[in-house]
Amino acid sequence: MIFGYPLLSVAIWLPILFGVLVLATGNDSNARLARVIALVGGILGFLVTIPLYTGFDRMTSAMQFVEMKDWITRFNIHYHLGVDGISVLFVLLNSFFTPLVVIAGWQVIEKRVAQYMAAFLIMSGLVNGVFASLDAMLFYVFWEAMLIPMFIIIGVWGGPNRVYAALKFFLYTLLGSLLMLVALLYLYMQSGSFEILDFHRMAMPSLTAQVLVFIAFFMAFSVKVPMVPVHTWLPDAHVEAPTGGSVILAAIMLKVGAYGFIRFSMPITPDASHYLAPVMIALSLIAVVYIGLVALTQADMKKLVAYSSISHMGFVTLGFFIFNAYGMEGALLQMISHGFVSGALFLCIGVLYDRVHSRQIVDYGGVANKMPVFAALFMLFAMANSGLPGTSGFVGEFMVILGAVKANFWYAFLAASTLIFGAAYTLWMYKRVIFGAVANDHVAHLRDIGAREKIVFVVLAITVLGMGLYPLPFADIMHASVNDLLVHLAIPKVTN
Amino acid sequence: MNLFASLFPAYAEIFLLVMVSVILIVDLFMVNYTKTLTYLLVQLTLLGCSLITVSTHQEGIAHLFNHMFVDDLMADVLKLLTYLSVSMMLVYSRTYLMARGLFTGEFLGLVLFATLGMMVMISASNFVTLYLGLELLALSQYALVALQRDSSVATESAMKYFILGAMASGFLLYGMSMMYGATGSLDVNRIAEVIQNGSANHTLLVFGLAFIVAGLAFKLGAVPFHMWVPDVYHGAPTAMTMFIGTAPKLAAFAFVMRILVEALQPLMIHWSGMLVILAVLSMAVGNITAIAQTNMKRMLAYSTISHMGFLLIGVLSGTVEGYGAAMLYAVVYVLMSLGAFGMIMLLSREGFEADNLNDFKGLNQRSPWLAFMMMLLMFSMAGVPPTIGFYAKLAVFSAAVHAGHIPLVVTAVVFSLIGAFYYLRIVKLMYFDAPESHEKIYVQPDSSLLISINGLAVLALGILPNTLLSVCAVSMQQSFLH
Repeated sequence: MIFGYPLLSVAIWLPILFGVLVLATGNDSNARLARVIALVGGILGFLVTIPLYTGFDRMTSAMQFVEMKDWITRFNIHYHLGVDGISVLFVLLNSFFTPLVVIAGWQVIEKRVAQYMAAFLIMSGLVNGVFASLDAMLFYVFWEAMLIPMFIIIGVWGGPNRVYAALKFFLYTLLGSLLMLVALLYLYMQSGSFEILDFHRMAMPSLTAQVLVFIAFFMAFSVKVPMVPVHTWLPDAHVEAPTGGSVILAAIMLKVGAYGFIRFSMPITPDASHYLAPVMIALSLIAVVYIGLVALTQADMKKLVAYSSISHMGFVTLGFFIFNAYGMEGALLQMISHGFVSGALFLCIGVLYDRVHSRQIVDYGGVANKMPVFAALFMLFAMANSGLPGTSGFVGEFMVILGAVKANFWYAFLAASTLIFGAAYTLWMYKRVIFGAVANDHVAHLRDIGAREKIVFVVLAITVLGMGLYPLPFADIMHASVNDLLVHLAIPKVTN
Repeated sequence: MNLFASLFPAYAEIFLLVMVSVILIVDLFMVNYTKTLTYLLVQLTLLGCSLITVSTHQEGIAHLFNHMFVDDLMADVLKLLTYLSVSMMLVYSRTYLMARGLFTGEFLGLVLFATLGMMVMISASNFVTLYLGLELLALSQYALVALQRDSSVATESAMKYFILGAMASGFLLYGMSMMYGATGSLDVNRIAEVIQNGSANHTLLVFGLAFIVAGLAFKLGAVPFHMWVPDVYHGAPTAMTMFIGTAPKLAAFAFVMRILVEALQPLMIHWSGMLVILAVLSMAVGNITAIAQTNMKRMLAYSTISHMGFLLIGVLSGTVEGYGAAMLYAVVYVLMSLGAFGMIMLLSREGFEADNLNDFKGLNQRSPWLAFMMMLLMFSMAGVPPTIGFYAKLAVFSAAVHAGHIPLVVTAVVFSLIGAFYYLRIVKLMYFDAPESHEKIYVQPDSSLLISINGLAVLALGILPNTLLSVCAVSMQQSFLH
């Protein structure tokens, strides 16, 4: 509590409190008030997390800003919060995106505005809770609870097939989580507490037990990432979700799954992680290469970016399971960068969709003639998505490939193919949508982006470029924690 | 004076019995169809019972009437929750029943008699008292279901309920008589002692146990003895369904505890295996069949069946931790059911039953607050945190993992996933679909307040579950750890 107040608790509960306030504004006659309160809540929510970055001690890998209170004494569960160099970045990323999605939904959402805004604010608080929890049951509660607002967001404000997508999203995730719950209970029986750090330290001499626990966690996290073959909910959810929902899904929710691997699977079951690493790497490479090819053939822009997300997340899991510092840090940077870039791309598609009400690539063409400012910004994000040096997309991918070369040349070779496929599907889509002659009447009547949209895109553009040109502020905060994690992973728990 | 003082632990039961008699007589002079005075008297009686139960509470375990009657912490806690549940049920159903001309003195009298039956079941420590309580409850319930005389559906379900219930009682009695034959006693503690000594005929014991478990499964509504549940839930007037589906489950839980744990603990290896089968089948049939339902009450009936399966997992763990988890599950189940059936009654009007799933369509547009409450209840039933339903499942699973039943827990997890689907469907109907009618929803202030408390309690207990968990755990420790 460096700043005199419990930073992490505030980061979690302030957005939720504002969410409740927004709900209290009632029906759509107060929509304006709801929007303003939501924006204030979003911005305040981001501001209170800034001290987490400025006050962070980069020298240590220990948990910081720790808060600990009894919660459920019956099961020895504590309200235990804290962040290390890895999780702090995601708390910031999440809080950063909340005001942006509020602004992005400002005029677009006309029905049940208060509920829409409240859902995003509440979800923002819950996601912060996921990243800041040091008690596995607290983590689990936040993890499951954040499904509820997302389910509502997709189902209420989504596209024509929203009900199917919302249910698929919920049930897929729930199946994984429930198996994780069994694993957590097993670990609780073994260690006597739900402390994540105790789980890290506890002995697990049996490889079989480790593998089973790993698989249970894998079910939960691989659905969330998502990894092949449980990725099929993502294109549906993305396509049907409203723009803000897609942004949060891509930028934040997918990261929760990857975060789970480094917070739970790998440190708790290091030997199983090594043992199953070939499988994980194979699945990651399938995601990178095969899903990259799938993305190439998409006719729907949102679907294309959704598949591109799966492919990029393949890089992240690849980086984790090659067990070296380049891979690990590269993967983490890739997660942050992908958050910005995919969020921005979904916002770009949202801008087009709001005006033309189509996501099909064939319905566009020559948009640059009518929306030059938008086209320029979209270009930047498209380039970042294909990993152009100088943008944030390059840093992470490059480091993961570097790490992969150290592990095995062929991993690196296959992973590097993304530089070609990524560029191909992103830029081809960009070309078909933006360049050429004005394709039809809808495009001819397009207006360029207004001030509200410009703010969002310029903020994101600065971040993407800034991170690409000078990634050190992101990298140095995680050094100590990543090194510590790698050291921990190198010590086997299996005794015989 | 001495006799009076020695009756101390049973004051609540005696008070209730006196009050029912008074209320029945007072009611004869009430011509007013709203029955305000009678209703208030009933609520005051329940309040009085709570005060008596709280003030007569004492440490340890007290026996009365030659060991026929027991008063321990579990009994007191469950009784208090029973009063609360009955009282809530009356608030929810008053308007509903008045609109249908069923809010009569007989109704209130039967409810109180049933409550007395539950209290006897909860506090019984002899097979005879157990059976006495059970029948007092069951007979009142049969009459309650049949109260709507001009409805053929209600009459039919009362008939089914009566015949199947009588058969279950028969099973139970048969089993009890074998226990008596094998051990020479009807007292639960004495039976446990005799079995422990090993002097009883083992074959006879196990044979009797099978009948007792079958009878209990009938009363709980566990598969394959569940056939009556959907028909009775569906056919009875919603207020009666709510009554059958809530407080009596607490009594049934106590009943299971008194018989299986207090009397037949030495036979645990046998009954625990039987309960595994019942639990798995209940979860499977309940959750899968519920998906196919289009009627809300029928869906909740199958949901009850599946919940009983989860509850049994706690019992079959055979540890004090497991019993505490099962008790928590029963309490949480009652809280959620009260809300869910309450919602059906709130949305019903004179001559219209909101018991089809489609009646919930677009509820968020008609009344966002009610939709939100219902959403909390549904997520709680599905066991999604941060609602209390999650901790109920967590406690049960945790106890079962502790007892080494990991495959059973994985099975339960899969079925709770399947279960989540139909609860989510309600949320989907309320939030994602357009309403079928735009008729204004008129809600009485008392039931509106109650449903808000009920829904928010599910959330608040989920955020701060410590107290409820401890209460259940401690009452089990004090009652069964000796």
